[in-house]
Amino acid sequence: MWQNIKDFAADFFVTGDPLIYGADVAIVLTMAAIVFVLTYFKKWKWLWTEWLTTVDHKRIGIMYVIAALLMLFRGGVDALLMRTQLAFPNNEFLSPEHYNEIFTTHGVIMILFMAMPLMFGLFNLVVPLQIGARDVAFPFLNALSFWLFFWGAMLFNISFVIGGSPNSGWLAYPPLSGTMFNPGVGQDFYIWGIQISGIGSLMTGINFIVTILKMRAPGMKLMKMPMFTWSVLGSSLAIILAFPILTVTIALLFVDRYFGAHFFTLDGGGNPMMYINLIWMWGHPEVYIVILPAFGIYSEVVATFSRKKLFGYKSMVFAIMAISVVSFITWAHHFFTMGSGGDVNAFFAISTMIIAIPTGVKVFNWIFTMYKGKVSFETPMLWTVLGFIPCFVVGGMTGVMLSVAPADFQFHNSYFLIAHFHQTLIGGVVFGYIAGLIYWWPKVFGFKLNERLGKWSFWFWNIGFYVCFMPQYVVGLMGMTRRLSTYGWDTGWWELNFVSTIGAFLMGAGFLLQVWQILHSIKFMERDTTGDPWNGRTLEWSIPSPAPVYNFARIPHVEEMDDWWEQKKRRENGVAPKPLPPLEPIHMPKNSGIPFIKSFCWFVAGFGLVFDWLWMAIPGFIGVAVCMLAHSFNYDTDYYIPVEEIERTEAAARGAV
Amino acid sequence: MKRGYRRLAATISLAAMAFMLAGCGDKMGVLNPKGAVGKEQLDLIIISTVLCLIVVVPTLVMAFWIAWKYRIKRKQKTDYQPEWSHNTKAEAFMWGIPLVVIIALASITAHYTYKLEPSKPLKAEAEPITIQVASLDWKWLFLYPEQGIATVNYLQFPDNVPVRFELTSDAPMNSFWIPQLGGQIYTMSGMKMKLHLIADEPGEYFGSGANFSGEHFGAMRFVAKATSQDEFDKWVQEVKNSSPALTKEGYDKLALPGVSDKQFFSSFPEGLFDWIVVKYGSGGHGGHGGHGGHADSSSEKGESHGHSEHSEAMVRTATASEEHAHHHD
Repeated sequence: MWQNIKDFAADFFVTGDPLIYGADVAIVLTMAAIVFVLTYFKKWKWLWTEWLTTVDHKRIGIMYVIAALLMLFRGGVDALLMRTQLAFPNNEFLSPEHYNEIFTTHGVIMILFMAMPLMFGLFNLVVPLQIGARDVAFPFLNALSFWLFFWGAMLFNISFVIGGSPNSGWLAYPPLSGTMFNPGVGQDFYIWGIQISGIGSLMTGINFIVTILKMRAPGMKLMKMPMFTWSVLGSSLAIILAFPILTVTIALLFVDRYFGAHFFTLDGGGNPMMYINLIWMWGHPEVYIVILPAFGIYSEVVATFSRKKLFGYKSMVFAIMAISVVSFITWAHHFFTMGSGGDVNAFFAISTMIIAIPTGVKVFNWIFTMYKGKVSFETPMLWTVLGFIPCFVVGGMTGVMLSVAPADFQFHNSYFLIAHFHQTLIGGVVFGYIAGLIYWWPKVFGFKLNERLGKWSFWFWNIGFYVCFMPQYVVGLMGMTRRLSTYGWDTGWWELNFVSTIGAFLMGAGFLLQVWQILHSIKFMERDTTGDPWNGRTLEWSIPSPAPVYNFARIPHVEEMDDWWEQKKRRENGVAPKPLPPLEPIHMPKNSGIPFIKSFCWFVAGFGLVFDWLWMAIPGFIGVAVCMLAHSFNYDTDYYIPVEEIERTEAAARGAV
Repeated sequence: MKRGYRRLAATISLAAMAFMLAGCGDKMGVLNPKGAVGKEQLDLIIISTVLCLIVVVPTLVMAFWIAWKYRIKRKQKTDYQPEWSHNTKAEAFMWGIPLVVIIALASITAHYTYKLEPSKPLKAEAEPITIQVASLDWKWLFLYPEQGIATVNYLQFPDNVPVRFELTSDAPMNSFWIPQLGGQIYTMSGMKMKLHLIADEPGEYFGSGANFSGEHFGAMRFVAKATSQDEFDKWVQEVKNSSPALTKEGYDKLALPGVSDKQFFSSFPEGLFDWIVVKYGSGGHGGHGGHGGHADSSSEKGESHGHSEHSEAMVRTATASEEHAHHHD
């Protein structure tokens, strides 16, 4: 009996590595601390009623951001472990097996569990406020999306200490990810972690398309929408077209692994190349899904801090839509070396280059927005003009170089490629989301972030970035391929790798400075009582910060693009504002515990399927079905906020003003 | 003209990186090509870089210049125009300039895509030599069908002779890459890929597997040595005289997961390469083989027309190693 338990535990828990034991201890201590604090301060009820059951887009947004920053920390630690391993030739800090797990989890976490939730967090925090809406179109679905993401991410992360991490790369190419070469449970954690959170992503895409199309304030024509909202629309359209491909592809991989089918196996007529095509048909649009909203953020930031209208609005809209469409016909540029022949390669090379045109136009538009403006460099603008523009222009250029198919035969799978996509994903996506977080922070929390610490972290991130990734272009041209866990002295790659590692740690320091910046600002920054600390242009700046639960006491009537800016201008010119209509009771959605419980049931089902424990998976699925039924027959889903309460809230907010 | 490009690139890159690369020019890989294919690919890299820089450099200069000129702390703010947000001429240029550059780059790319199509034989005076390549877990097997020898993690061929690589895999997909000679191509099971390369001068070139294929994929490095024809012939004789033969059983053992040093074999089973190609062919259970029609149906998939005799022979020998086949099932 005892022996059986010992055998099971040795198999069930990841063992044998001091790093993992350290992590185990840290996880147990953190969880104990959380439970203790919640119990000691009697906060369990508060946690449940205010956060776990909320359907308020603003709170869901905050939870997305917190989860994403935690994942950024984990993905970043993965990156630093890899860079430490590569700092010296023949290093034995990490075994090849461990290294393979780390680059796999680094990639999956950074794209799916960091970039995506940070993006969804910004969607939630900003879009309803920008379009003058009181919530998203489907608040319940919104909460469900978040909790599916959350429990999917937990399922993926738990593989770190239970069962073992996936180790076949962030896209898990078969046959390497099939049972023949990968019999362990790590790959199953990958499948179910991504499936569960992927359903959430798809639903968020649907939610925001409907929100943007149906819930804009009266008078806000499509062509008067703020640019960030346009970019969210472009991104959401790409999500609803791309994510079903991911779900189906991963489902087929699951069928291969679980039922022994032969979609992607070597034998039995399976075709691994099919998987590579399918996964990139999602994977390529995916990178545009995450970068389009960043483009939207830059547009808002540049206009605000140039105190000037965005240049070339129509060009910008057309460029966003063109990018989101063309991104669907470029996927094969990820494998020019598969031997598809000249016709196929030429097609995908040219379709890829075409994307550079609208992207270039956007850069020109941002530059021209500053022209004849009054440009100031608060941190969001610093990230945009000094961080993003040079970094992304160079990253875009190396992207065009990679699209030249016959040249790609020399770049493919080398560190040149690694440097390129980190330059677009960090320089484009991460810098953009950081700029967006700092920009909208006062709207969400009611105080600005400390500028001095923000500038320090900016310089650490940026200098660290170039020190880390510029050497990688060179070492790639020298023949160093990605995913190598070690290399010899004879290769001549050591110096460049060492420099690169230094850069990675500088970026890590930049992240720590940001954490410090946030903590410091929570304690010391003054409350913003204006609701409009940056002299903003769009509707979110017209209401108090943080926004009241119903956002807008009266739904605004929009007349012009940048309506809030125009209102302020009219007031300056002495034009009397129109009389306000009387307040009416506001119709709001009620909180619900079902999204949390149902997503947890998915987690249980997923965990059962990972270990092939039907006794656990079946109750999990039953729980999901019961939650669906319970919600279907729940008619008590909404309520009205009475006028007196609105008056009280507004008076309090205005009193603060 | 082209030589000029190359010299320019060499100068620029070497100047920029001199401080970290002092004395290791031979480590420069892609930037120091030693074969016709690699040289043309470097030309193309340089052309595309220059074309991109035509847009990128002015854009960056403009970005910083405008951001500085219109900073809020400037003395004269009379030129502030908060409503200025459209200018047809400026927008026409914004769309036009990238469009022209991309059209230029696209036509160059299309031209080179066909010219450098890896399956296309190279034009050269000498008759090409064929080398068959199989990526295994985690080593490279090279078969010389014309010489009858085989090697592991070591490649030798005469310089100035086109090398016709036929490639497949008996393991998860990998990618065969010798940066100084030219670009890579995937090695995939059930497929016979072709890649043509040539070395313009003798030398030892670094080669590796560029696509992740599992635990010890980092060990999949090999030397690609180009020598004179005489030296090559001498080397072949030496291998024939002094090395053991590679048997079918020997191959099965070699194909098992593990890393390997260089190895040399004086001979290998005839048709081994085509057998590897078809072993995972359609009709299922590769190694089971032996029943009629198997080799035919598979040969379609493996594109091994004209070799079906060999494949069939090998498939029959394969039944002798059922054990190995079961291992995979």
